[in-house]
Amino acid sequence: MHEQEKIFQEESRIKATDLEHRRKINYSLMQSDIAFQKGKNVFPGLESARKRAKNIKWETIEHLNKYLLEFEKKFTERGGKVIWAENPQQALDAVLQICKQKQAKSVVKSKSMVTEEIHLNPFLSRHGIEVVETDLGEYIQQLSGEAPYHMVAPSMHKSREEVALLFHEKLNAPPGLAPEELTLFTRQLLRQKYVEADIGITGVNFLLADIGAVAVTENEGNARLCTSFPKTHIAITGIEKILPSVSDLALFWPLLATHGSGQQVTVYNTIFSGAKKENEPDGPEDMYVILLDNGRTNILADVTARESLFCIRCGACLNVCPVFKNIGGHTYKATYGGPIGSVITPYLSGLKSYKHLSYASSLCGACTQVCPVHINLHELLLYNRNKSVKAHFGSRSEKLGWLLWKKACLSRAMMNMTNGRIKNFMIKLLFRKSWGDNRSLPDFAPKTFNELWKATGQ
Amino acid sequence: MIKVLKKAGCTVHYNAEQTCCGQPAYNAGYWDECRSVAEKFVRDFSENEYIVAPSGSCIGFVRNYYGKVLENNGHEKEMHHQQLPVYEFTEFLTTVLNVEDLGAEFKASAVYHDACGALRECGIKDAPRKLLRHVKGLQLIEAPDCEVCCGFGGTFAVKFEPISIGMGEQKVLNAIEMGAEYIISTDLSCLLHLDGYIRKHKLALKTIHIADVLSATLA
Repeated sequence: MHEQEKIFQEESRIKATDLEHRRKINYSLMQSDIAFQKGKNVFPGLESARKRAKNIKWETIEHLNKYLLEFEKKFTERGGKVIWAENPQQALDAVLQICKQKQAKSVVKSKSMVTEEIHLNPFLSRHGIEVVETDLGEYIQQLSGEAPYHMVAPSMHKSREEVALLFHEKLNAPPGLAPEELTLFTRQLLRQKYVEADIGITGVNFLLADIGAVAVTENEGNARLCTSFPKTHIAITGIEKILPSVSDLALFWPLLATHGSGQQVTVYNTIFSGAKKENEPDGPEDMYVILLDNGRTNILADVTARESLFCIRCGACLNVCPVFKNIGGHTYKATYGGPIGSVITPYLSGLKSYKHLSYASSLCGACTQVCPVHINLHELLLYNRNKSVKAHFGSRSEKLGWLLWKKACLSRAMMNMTNGRIKNFMIKLLFRKSWGDNRSLPDFAPKTFNELWKATGQ
Repeated sequence: MIKVLKKAGCTVHYNAEQTCCGQPAYNAGYWDECRSVAEKFVRDFSENEYIVAPSGSCIGFVRNYYGKVLENNGHEKEMHHQQLPVYEFTEFLTTVLNVEDLGAEFKASAVYHDACGALRECGIKDAPRKLLRHVKGLQLIEAPDCEVCCGFGGTFAVKFEPISIGMGEQKVLNAIEMGAEYIISTDLSCLLHLDGYIRKHKLALKTIHIADVLSATLA
């Protein structure tokens, strides 16, 4: 068993048996579901909206080079700077170089999973630059020293009491603050940070090729502040986030909002098309967009897995996933948890180390059913399993097991050699340990259906 | 199932040479092994008017995955897998035979569990409920988590036993909380897993396949 899988096995056992964790996550995800069920009614025909979204993303990803170059051209024409990064190091170096050039001491950040992917915060801290997360959930995670638990709701696993305690311990806030008080407390604290910061870093929800701009979706207004006060704005994104046209937002904004949070549309939606122009009173003086590959072209190169690049990171597949509900977001030990994470992580971080994520699914299909861009998530998990077998990552005993299974299934005569008693013995021999202490093994009937049928001559 | 089909007026054939549809190997990533078994399945069932199974999982696999499994196998012409008239049992009764009331009687309270294979691979939601609503004495409870996976998932149940148990446990405890004496489903694999948990913890709940409910009072 690979080291990563061992860790996954151990942590999933801890989380799946932690009843307090189960209670919190079930409650939280139930709220998400209620909001989603209500919010999705904004689409009179959700199914056709999903199909259309899938078709747009399909066309875009099939011509990714064309659209990215179009974006670069348009964005550059207005004075923006585009940086292409093949791997995390190149992206980090680019950010550091800008920081050095601007003699930056502090950075404010709005929510971005790609910056988690490249571990931007610890990198900048190591270089003496203060980084402050400004999305409340991300700020809570930063204070706890934890990675985001969920790509849309980073601190959903923490109760209000836990957050109040954390603020008391880390920021000397008065003990036992209510959520509204915590928000006000954070707002006051962060306002100062926005004003002082030299650089604002944001993620990107959609790159818009036709107008060469970046669309950012948020609910707290923090991304707007991150991009208004600091003199420099850096937006970091994966290359798959592109849409052909600004008019596609009419479909994608509500699709992302309903599936991400149950809202008809999120509170703040901003389109950034570059630094401020001469006649404009405010805005950053420089704007950079870093386009990160980091394994995405591995996905692009695989015709079957390619559709996982359609993902708009709404998090809906996590919300409905029974595995996610039982093990939580940190157990995956990957930037992206839940079904989409299990599908793409092997391409971003190696199939050998992360193949177990493809197997850690009951294949219930709830993810595929909910995905707003129709990614066949559970089928892609199956596809990854097959890739792993083809790459000979399976154990020798497993291989032998399936060979014997095939032999038995190709011959009824061979199958008929076992009766109920032998089956019970075999099952006990093979599965007593892995079936666990919490389930009794099945008890096979003495006679098979096949025998009964033949005996009664029906 | 045979009793119910006969009661509904069918002539039932059973090819005693049949084995498996091949899904276990496919799900484990062993697609070549699966292919041989799927080819046998197609051979075993190529002559039948309707192929009915008491499992949404098997039917869903044959219906939705055989195209992929058997593509480029070199003798597709003989395979005709796309035309295989496969039906899940409750789907067959309600959509092909148009039967809903089988005159069955079963005195108990029960939740119905939507097996993932039936619900999401075959799109079966109403068929079992229609049939169960006509069962005399049966109090059918609609559980809020009826569409949530039970946690079996084939090899998942043994490869990731704690997660599988966590999922099954919640299914069972929720059913008990709803006042159910039985969990009814279209799929035996879900029931086998849930029953294992129930028996081990000596809980006041039983599992039963929908065919057994419908045939409980048949000779």
